[in-house]
Amino acid sequence: MTIYLPIAELSVNILIILGMGAAVGFLSGMFGVGGGFLITPLLIFYNIPPVVAVATGANQVVASSISGAITHFRRGTIDIKLGTVLLCGGLVGATVGVWLFSLLRRLGQLDLVISLLYVVLLGTVGGLMLWESIVAMRKAAKNEATTLRRPGQHNWVHGLPLKMRFKKSKIYLSVIPVAFLGFCIGILTSIMGVGGGFIMVPAMIYLLRIPTNVVVGTSLFQIVFVSAYTVIVQASTNYTVDIVLAFVLMIAGVIGAQYGVRVGQKLRGEQLRALLALLVLAVGIRLAIELVIPPKDIYSVVSAGLGF
Amino acid sequence: MIRFARTALALLALAVAAPTHAALQDENADFTEKLEIGISTDEIAITSDFRGADLTIFGAVDGFDQGLLAQGRYNIIVSLEGPKDNATVRKKERVFGIWVNTRSMTFELVPESYSLSSTRDIETIAPPGEMGNMGIGVDHMRLVPLGFVGDGSNLGEFRNAFRRIRETSGVYERDPGGVQFISASLFKASVRLPANVPNGVHVVRAYLFRDGVFVAAKALPLRVVKTGLEQFITQAAHQQPLFYGLVAVLLAVITGWGASVIFRKE
Repeated sequence: MTIYLPIAELSVNILIILGMGAAVGFLSGMFGVGGGFLITPLLIFYNIPPVVAVATGANQVVASSISGAITHFRRGTIDIKLGTVLLCGGLVGATVGVWLFSLLRRLGQLDLVISLLYVVLLGTVGGLMLWESIVAMRKAAKNEATTLRRPGQHNWVHGLPLKMRFKKSKIYLSVIPVAFLGFCIGILTSIMGVGGGFIMVPAMIYLLRIPTNVVVGTSLFQIVFVSAYTVIVQASTNYTVDIVLAFVLMIAGVIGAQYGVRVGQKLRGEQLRALLALLVLAVGIRLAIELVIPPKDIYSVVSAGLGF
Repeated sequence: MIRFARTALALLALAVAAPTHAALQDENADFTEKLEIGISTDEIAITSDFRGADLTIFGAVDGFDQGLLAQGRYNIIVSLEGPKDNATVRKKERVFGIWVNTRSMTFELVPESYSLSSTRDIETIAPPGEMGNMGIGVDHMRLVPLGFVGDGSNLGEFRNAFRRIRETSGVYERDPGGVQFISASLFKASVRLPANVPNGVHVVRAYLFRDGVFVAAKALPLRVVKTGLEQFITQAAHQQPLFYGLVAVLLAVITGWGASVIFRKE
């Protein structure tokens, strides 16, 4: 059963796309991540042009993050003020990112940069997570208490000027690192089609020392708005958002996520993190292999009107 | 917007090209033969389940020489040329172990699709020089590089790659034997519309050759319009991009929120 994707300009098997969406949705529900960093590479493996995969991935992130964001809003676990500062940086970052995206596309280096960024980020994050979860599992086996570094300790970040009081998070912090973090995540959203939660959450906990109870909600708040903004800007400058592809993915994704959450609750935290780390590393390695092996055809033709 | 501009440009090019073409090329004054062609429609609507089709073109040769015709010394070539656009060919090379696009060349206004049909292999109809002058056939198509290309030593390599990729992807096709005489002066040509036929104004061109010498040519425009939901979406994405983006986001918000509401009730 095939379906024609009007923006990607190719016919795909709808069952494969549904399966992809459901699988990534399941994993994202299970691990509590947005899934953008899995959906975009999977689409690229399935021969969707990277430019379309990235912009469409951002659209999928909006759907998968919104319900979480609403839940956190109801529970009052979003620091709106902190989120707004992050968001301001994020919107600027996304704008710069889309500009970079268009520039790289003109230079013919976009596909390469997307793959390289994925390899570096997935490799680093996956490696760190795997290490951390192995250490935690060993300690659990020896019945030692896991000692997370205590939030509240001060580091160089807390010496920066332009300080602001964030009442909900109960911290007094410079806006510079917060906005800068948002800015970096915004760039990643527009170039890689990811929400960026897998980088933002650890950065907020370990670097900015924001209390963990508001971290997830606040990062979801920023992700929803930045990815929505990215979708609109990508659609109006690069015309690369495939609404048919996005819709099929998000329908399968939100359903898959519901089942993923149920399975995730039965697994232990460190096991869950080790599994996610292995998954992240596998995707990174697959992309790295693609960069190294000789391509089928060293030449490619791009039509100016389409730009793929 | 881009598509519209391209269509307008193609129409303009056709309007400008037609008179000069007629004066310079349409007829060779040394001959008395006249060429006429016709197609049943000037617009083809393509639905979303389109898998490619054959287009039949009828034509007639007037004032032909009976003897030469009997000996099969008249030859006809019919081409269907898609809208033109710049095309960039990129070449990958290994840099520090990874494959990177290092060199590229952009060819100016080349057809996005090209389907050729003839009474026999075009290389045997007229000498390559003549075909080259007229730009008939994929191998003789004018591929003019845009901008600085250095000493031009790699021009051939990029041109060959361009032709090869366009032919393997099916947008450039040839059918020697696709033109048949159905009576003494009437002929029928079938040209292929590929499954991924581009939108816009295509041009049907017919050329008459006698003993390897060009005699006459005729051109007709053919508009290819895609229809259906997919086309509606493509048009919205290019003509109302902001609105399209907003709808895409709205769809995601409704889907994400809706799912959480439905599953909570259960």
